[in-house]
Formats: sequence, C-alpha cells, structure tokens
Amino acid sequence: MNRIRAIIIKEWREVFKNKFVIFTVSFLPLMITALPLVTLYFTGGSEDFSGLSSADLPPQFASLCGELSGGDCMLYYLVTQFILLFMMVPVIVPMTIASYSIVGEKTTRTLEPLLASPVSTLEILIGKGLAGVIPAVLSTWGGYLLYAAGAFLMVDNRVVVSKLFDPVWMIAIFVVGPLLSLFGVSISVMISSRVNDPRVAEQISGIFVLPVLGLFIGQMTGLILLNERFILWMAAVLVILDAVLFSFAIQVFQRETILSRWK
Amino acid sequence: MNKSEPVIITRELTRTFGQTLAVNQLSLVVEKGEVFGLLGPNGAGKTTTVRMLAALLAPTSGEARVAGFTVGVEDQEIRRIIGLLPEAPGLYDALTAEQNLAFYGEMYGVENKSQQIKRYLELLGLWHRRFEPVGTFSKGMRQKLAIARALLHEPEVLFLDEPTSGLDPEASRLVRDFISELKGEGRTIILTTHNLEEADRLCDRIAVISGHLLALDSPQVLRRKIFGRKVVFHVVKASQVMVDELEKFDFVTETQIVDNKILAAVENPEEHNPILVRALVDNGAEIQFVGELRRRLEDVYLELMGAEKERDHE
Repeated sequence: MNRIRAIIIKEWREVFKNKFVIFTVSFLPLMITALPLVTLYFTGGSEDFSGLSSADLPPQFASLCGELSGGDCMLYYLVTQFILLFMMVPVIVPMTIASYSIVGEKTTRTLEPLLASPVSTLEILIGKGLAGVIPAVLSTWGGYLLYAAGAFLMVDNRVVVSKLFDPVWMIAIFVVGPLLSLFGVSISVMISSRVNDPRVAEQISGIFVLPVLGLFIGQMTGLILLNERFILWMAAVLVILDAVLFSFAIQVFQRETILSRWK
Repeated sequence: MNKSEPVIITRELTRTFGQTLAVNQLSLVVEKGEVFGLLGPNGAGKTTTVRMLAALLAPTSGEARVAGFTVGVEDQEIRRIIGLLPEAPGLYDALTAEQNLAFYGEMYGVENKSQQIKRYLELLGLWHRRFEPVGTFSKGMRQKLAIARALLHEPEVLFLDEPTSGLDPEASRLVRDFISELKGEGRTIILTTHNLEEADRLCDRIAVISGHLLALDSPQVLRRKIFGRKVVFHVVKASQVMVDELEKFDFVTETQIVDNKILAAVENPEEHNPILVRALVDNGAEIQFVGELRRRLEDVYLELMGAEKERDHE
C-alpha cells in the first residue's frame, strides 16, 4: 500500500508540473460545469416552458417525468441532459494524466530503475491508474455538486431540482464515473505502450471519448432516453469492459516488453 | 545463501532478441566483495547481461544465480538485494533530490529512510541541494544522485552500467573515487564501462565479452596472458653483446633494444631478473633502472577484439 501511495504522490508531483496537463485537468471540468449552469441561467428561471402540457412532449418523456407537469418535465429533461456531459470528465482527465505519466517515463528513461526495484507490475499500474482516476473522479463529483448547487439556486421548482439526486444521477456520477475513469486509464496504458509522444497518446486515446459523446448526442436528439435501466446497463457493460481492458493493460505492461520493445 | 557461495554464478547464460543473439553462453563467477568489470564494444551484450542479472530480462537459456536466488524464478528476491545504476540515470526531473530518494526508499521498503537519504546525500556532497529539483542538476550531480538511489537500501550487489559515461573529467573522478570507497567497504560491484583505465584501476577481475566471453581474469593476469611479461633494463649504453648474452638463457623468449633500453621477455621476472642483471653487469652494462614493461589494459582489449574480428572473418 505504501508503494502505491508513493507512486500516486510521485505521479502528481510530476504531471501537475506540466502546464498542459493542469489546463486539461482543470479547464474541462470547469467548462462542463459552467455550460449547463449558463444554460439553466437563461432558461431555468424563466417561464418559457410553463405553457407546455404533457401532450406536447414526446411519448417516452412520460416514463421519465412521472407526475411532473409538461413544463416541469421539459425543465427536468434539460437539467438531466447534462449527465452524459459530466461523464466525459472521468474519461478525458485520466487519459491525459496516464498518457503523460507513462509515455513521460518512457521518454525520460525513468522506468528501468523503477522496474529494477521490488515494486510489482500490478502496484505500478494501480498507482499510475489511481493517479489518473482520483483527480478525474474528484473533479467529476466536484463539478456535479457545483452544478447541483447552481441548479438549486436557479431553478425554482424544487421537485425538478430534487430529481438531480435521483438514483439514476447517483449511479451515473458515483458508479459509472469511476468506471469510465478506469476505462480511460486502461486505454491510455495500452496506447502509451505503442507511442513515444504523450500528445499522440492523448490524441489517440481521445477517440475513445467518442462513444460517450455519441450517447450525449443520442440523448439530445431523443434517440436515447437516459433512465435508470440505461445507466445500470452502462455500468454493467463498463464493469466487464474495464476488467477485460485492465487485464489486457497488465499484459501489455510487462517489465521485459517495456525494456526490450518499448522504443 | 551459503556464505562460501559466490555472489553471482552464470552458466551458459544466453539471451536472444528475435534472431539476434545478444548474449551467448556466458559463464561467470563473481565472488563476494569483488569489483567485477564487464568490458566489450557497443552491442557486446554488457547491458543485456546486467539486465538479466538484475532480474529485468529473463534468460533465453542457461542459468544465473544472484546471492543464491535464481534469475527468472526468484526475481522479486533478487530485486530486493541488488542496486542498479542504469546507463541513463533515470531520475524524476520535477522532483527534488530528496523526493527522488524518498520515492525509492518506499519502493525498496527502507525502514530508516530519512537517515539513509541524509547519509548518502552527505556522502555524495548533495545534502545542501536536497530541496532542489533534479532538473536543475548537472550531469555529474545527477549521476551521483542515481548512485545514492542505487545504494539507499544497502544492496548486496551493486550494478553500475557506464557510471562515468558522458561525465566531465572532474565529475568522472568524483564518481570513480566514490566507487573506490565502496570497494573499500567490501561491496560486490559489477561495473560495465568503456573506460579501460577506469576498469584497470577499479576492477579486481575483468570479463571481456563480445556476445560471448573472450577473456576473464584480473587486469594483471590478462596482460601477462596476452603479452607475456617483459623486463626493461635501462643502461648507460646498450649493446648487441649484452642482448646476445641474455638470449643464451632458455627462459628469455624475446629481446629488443630501444634506445638505451634492453627489453627481455621472461617467464618469471621475480626469479630470473637477478640472473639477468648479473649477466648484464658481467658484460659491462651500467644499469640505471630495472622495471617491468606495463602494458595498458587498452592494449589487452584491442588485442582481444582484433583476434575476435579475425575469427569472425575466418
């Protein structure tokens, strides 16, 4: 445990000296938190939706809103619209950190003395992984809490605001978020084993954000309705995907392979 | 480990990378407290050998034991009891000297971490720079810090891969002096280097390798094996009569006059020199000095490499 903690602290000391990493890690969560708050500021407090009845809304909204009126249901839809946007933070942030931490070790040739020490491969990967996952999860949670507080201040209807603490949100933020972080780290470890530039690793890793972005667009266009069942399915798929990807990342991160083939 | 057992034993140690044979059936024995040099040209397999012994690479075939532990089987145990200074120091530039060592203190589970950090930073003259990021350090300081890192957990065996490579003469001397101090403490050190003078000065024994083992012995014995032993008689005026007189002895295998020096190749100078001195004096030689012709290790190395190239051509 001491070794893992030491690796995490070392990683943070190293990667957070990099201005690009600091920018990515801080700007993205801030932007993703600010965007829905600005949207709410201009719509949440207004009477724009007051004239809407349930009949004006698409039929799938009925299951989403339950007893809420048409206007409140629209507001609720707007408020929850941004869950998937928050889901991008735990993917992108650890990808940035992991890309810099692993490719950085390759380029500065710091891996050899580390691998010559009695630290195990699993300890290295857990340490490096957590160094990416912890800031990502904390910034996701922080952003979410900030958003919830903002929504509380801007939206008059308390029933709509209380929906932010529905199980679907809780699972999304507190379960799917960390699972997505692990997904991001595993992808970065695998990609970092093949490239020599952290920016290239980050850019390639970025492709894997597209499915999350696709979900967001799907929800915006009404193709996907984000409900409890969908989030639970997402969590279940991610658990399996993370297990497969992390074990594959361990396979890729073999001491011997790193020294003899990582060029 | 049995106390009488050598610290390192390799038997026909072989490592290939795809079709490339990096180390070919290398058999060595390194005793406790020995400073053992690995010499060879670039690509000779020195670093691969060190990496195998440091449990970083598994042998393709053959066997290696380090402090009683088998490479490829008991790798974690080996990593605990060895210290490695790789070719590149591999320090974290963003971290301070102290943070670098503290990190490795955790990796090796060093109990008295703070004392050990203080001890080695003081020994290597870096204590006053302990709070400065390593990125601001000179090459020599980085190398010294990397040595401190390798020693922090008091390893039984220390592997130093090109410890003075790329350092200026002053920094090289500092590092060499420190290795001499470690030698004085009775540590087992495996040293790979291109600096033959350094190897000559520091190593008890040397293995010259080029994929496979070309020669293995102490620098002195290697010189004798390859060039024999030559005695130099500095005389006031050398003459052919004196040389002819020396050639009468069976134990003199070669003679030469260079200026006023007479060179004689003999098997055992300790035994034969008094006889030769007497013979020269009897033949009118006024002897100023008598000494043994000391060949540089570089000559031994080049001779071995030349012979190896000839074998390759054949």
